Amino acid sequence: MNKFNNIKKLIIKDQLRLDCGQTISDFPLAYETYGKLNSKKNNAILVFHALTGDQFAADINPITKKEGWWKYALGPGKAIDTEKYFVICANVLGGCMGSFGPSSINPKTGKTYGIDFPVITINDIVNAQYFLIKHFEIEKLFCVTGGSMGGMQALQFVANYPNLSHTAVPIACTSNHSAQNIGLNELGRQAIMADANWQNGKYEDNNLSPSKGLSVARMAAHITYLSKDALQEKFGRNLQERDDLKFSFDADFQIESYLRHQGSVFVDRFDANSYLYITRAMDYFDLNKKYDGNLSKAFEKSKTKFFIISFTSDWLYPSSENKEIVIALNSIGADVGYVEIESEKGHDSFLLDVPDFLETLRGFLNTSYERLNEKGI
Amino acid sequence: MKKEFKIISDLILKNSRVLDVGCGDGELMSFLFKNITQDIRGIEISKTNVQKCISKGLTVIEGNAENDLYQFPDASFDFVILGQTLQAFLSPEKVLDELLRVGKKAIVTIPNFGHWKVRLDLLFKGTMPVTASLPHHWHNTPNLHMCTIKDFFNFCDYKNIKFIKSLALNDEKLLNISKGNLSKRNLFSNIGIFLIEK
Repeated sequence: MNKFNNIKKLIIKDQLRLDCGQTISDFPLAYETYGKLNSKKNNAILVFHALTGDQFAADINPITKKEGWWKYALGPGKAIDTEKYFVICANVLGGCMGSFGPSSINPKTGKTYGIDFPVITINDIVNAQYFLIKHFEIEKLFCVTGGSMGGMQALQFVANYPNLSHTAVPIACTSNHSAQNIGLNELGRQAIMADANWQNGKYEDNNLSPSKGLSVARMAAHITYLSKDALQEKFGRNLQERDDLKFSFDADFQIESYLRHQGSVFVDRFDANSYLYITRAMDYFDLNKKYDGNLSKAFEKSKTKFFIISFTSDWLYPSSENKEIVIALNSIGADVGYVEIESEKGHDSFLLDVPDFLETLRGFLNTSYERLNEKGI
Repeated sequence: MKKEFKIISDLILKNSRVLDVGCGDGELMSFLFKNITQDIRGIEISKTNVQKCISKGLTVIEGNAENDLYQFPDASFDFVILGQTLQAFLSPEKVLDELLRVGKKAIVTIPNFGHWKVRLDLLFKGTMPVTASLPHHWHNTPNLHMCTIKDFFNFCDYKNIKFIKSLALNDEKLLNISKGNLSKRNLFSNIGIFLIEK
């Protein structure tokens, strides 16, 4: 794990009981921070990443050398203004950017955990990040936010810690993973496990990589992050560096070439077993069930001010599912705002340059923050 | 600020719980937030307006009164406001019922189709009326169920809805409406403002 030596890590000494029944302790949680924590410690925002994200939400990721996944939303002068707010972002438990995950070394065997790593849940992922808040001695966060799986973590966070954040902005997410989404995740997992190099999860011990399987998983998933219109507009039936069809199975079409490229760059930065574990955590996510089928109960004890955002062309976490959260909150008189942002860019809209989204997010954060300060909180 | 907003805000008790249905860009909500109560929510159909409201720090959800009020429990607000949009719904009766289910009291304002200018337009020009408070033409008006102050008054009577206050706004003048002066108010007022309860 040498490549992770120079990144920030919190070694969590406490015991964390996981939903699967196992208890872990003495494990690393890798994180990054942006901006400065002020003296009142009232300007902290905990940002949660999505399935294939990591703690490097902004700037250049020191490991992959790529730009942060939330570069449009987060940074100096951006919607989540790091000149104003102190942003903490952790690599999730089960991840592959320095946090405790299936590619960590099992001290008992001296080899990577692989599929001996415990199956984790969104609840576990959120509970692990609670230690970061304690580490920074923050009594109450200003905001928790994230898109997709990051939004699920924001919901889970408020449910677990009802009064640990003034505001919450879950974006393009759901309170329970739909059959369609479980199905799509299963497709990805089966692609990985069907790769002979997967070796029942022990590929690293044998110096192999199930990169073909992981790449197919990414290609399939990538389609679900976009919209039909966006794909049609960007690629249509355009051919890839050729004048006519080649009557072969090469990448004749630009969309094929694009997806192959997305698949191949993904395997360089992401671990196949982490993909299995994190997609599983998403599939197991069902906040409704956890509260006896009544989502409202999850938020009953909270005074957190919510702002829920969805996107018109998102068919993975459609507005209808986001609205269910709004309805659950309204039915208990919670403080919840909601808007569906017009965008053709599909589920990925929250990661992209969508001005209406970014401006509304900025407005919500800044006015909410001013109000807190006016009240002297 | 519109005179109508000032009148509405005078009807609302300090620190009560308020829902503004069709809150637009949040002008009335902002005024109420500053002066009357911070416990205020809005519901608005236009995305652009919702974004404006959120940016102003107002708690607003995107939605419409006909389809989205069901998510609020019975009597969960002290006052529910519906400003000049009752006539634009497919079923004003359903909306009115919902307002009075969600709110202990409702404030409903209506543009008065019974105003003499409106009547003259139709009588002499023979065209659908276009006035300051009814600026649209027949082909682009959002209004589906135009009514007069008298119609609304009678309709509430028929539904056993109680009037706590009935006001008529005639340009700058604010007058009380009663059974006795209903015909006169109906002829000279631009807007009717009603504080009602079930």
